Amino acid sequence: MGVMDGKFEENVFITSLDWIFNWARSNSPWPMSFGLACCAIEMMATGASRYDLDRFGSGVFRGTPRQADIMIVAGTVTLKMATRIKRLYEQMAEPKYVISMGSCSNNGGPYWQYGYHVLKGVDEIVPVDVYVPGCPPRPESLIEGLIQLQNKIKRETIAKKSEPAA
Amino acid sequence: MKPEEISALLTEKFGARILESKLGVVSPWSVVEPAAILEVCQFLKFDDRVLMDHLELLGGVDYKDRIEVVYILYSMKHHHRYTLKVKLPRDNPKVRTVESVWGVANWHEREAYDMLGVEFEGHSDLRRILCPDDWEGYPLRRDYKFPTRYRDMPV
Repeated sequence: MGVMDGKFEENVFITSLDWIFNWARSNSPWPMSFGLACCAIEMMATGASRYDLDRFGSGVFRGTPRQADIMIVAGTVTLKMATRIKRLYEQMAEPKYVISMGSCSNNGGPYWQYGYHVLKGVDEIVPVDVYVPGCPPRPESLIEGLIQLQNKIKRETIAKKSEPAA
Repeated sequence: MKPEEISALLTEKFGARILESKLGVVSPWSVVEPAAILEVCQFLKFDDRVLMDHLELLGGVDYKDRIEVVYILYSMKHHHRYTLKVKLPRDNPKVRTVESVWGVANWHEREAYDMLGVEFEGHSDLRRILCPDDWEGYPLRRDYKFPTRYRDMPV
């Protein structure tokens, strides 16, 4: 459901408005301060001066889900944490996006077979926009994932919410 | 003190309540009668010759026919180390808590309870520490069956 959904008659062209919404959204996707395991260390490195996530408008790690636009699920999603992740995701305001960072949150990673306590992929509980492979992914990979997400946001239109992850 | 001396001291003090000892291995150990564990720990901590003021580890092991609780003790003053073991039956393993001797035993005993279902009698707060409160079963038991679902989430 986009902000302009049903507000106008048919055949109203909103391309310029789309452009400005997408420009604003894609260039300031604020992530939530939220790390679960070793991937969070790489996420911190990505945010620090050497890789500098601020160059992409995304270095403003927020302490509350209410102010965040993207959730970077960085690390092993245990079943105990999964319930909390779902609640945090639900607390975020629309539009919201999820980057699944690293093998564990993509599909369980090394806990795929014998991890009795690990959720096999965070996409079981929240919709994921971008999957970043790696164990843990290097900061370059996370930045690439973020750029992919920005490209995805730029293709959106305010008249319609984008389809789930392609 | 050398492990041999600690072992001899224990046998002298507690006699038949020390069931067996093994020396000459990496970490020498004695098996203590479950009912005597609290007394033995109090003795080892407060006796000036031994002075085991640090509980390095308290853990449980499932040996299929029994469950053992292992106590690794260390003395900050004398720099010696000794291991105690308690053998418990696999169904309904119960042993007295040593929380009153070393405060750190609180969390360690909760972990052994969480993972192996060892019940520590007299523990002030015996809850699961790692798994969620509504978890079923004890994951480090040899016959543990992996759950297929937890709160509508596939495992």
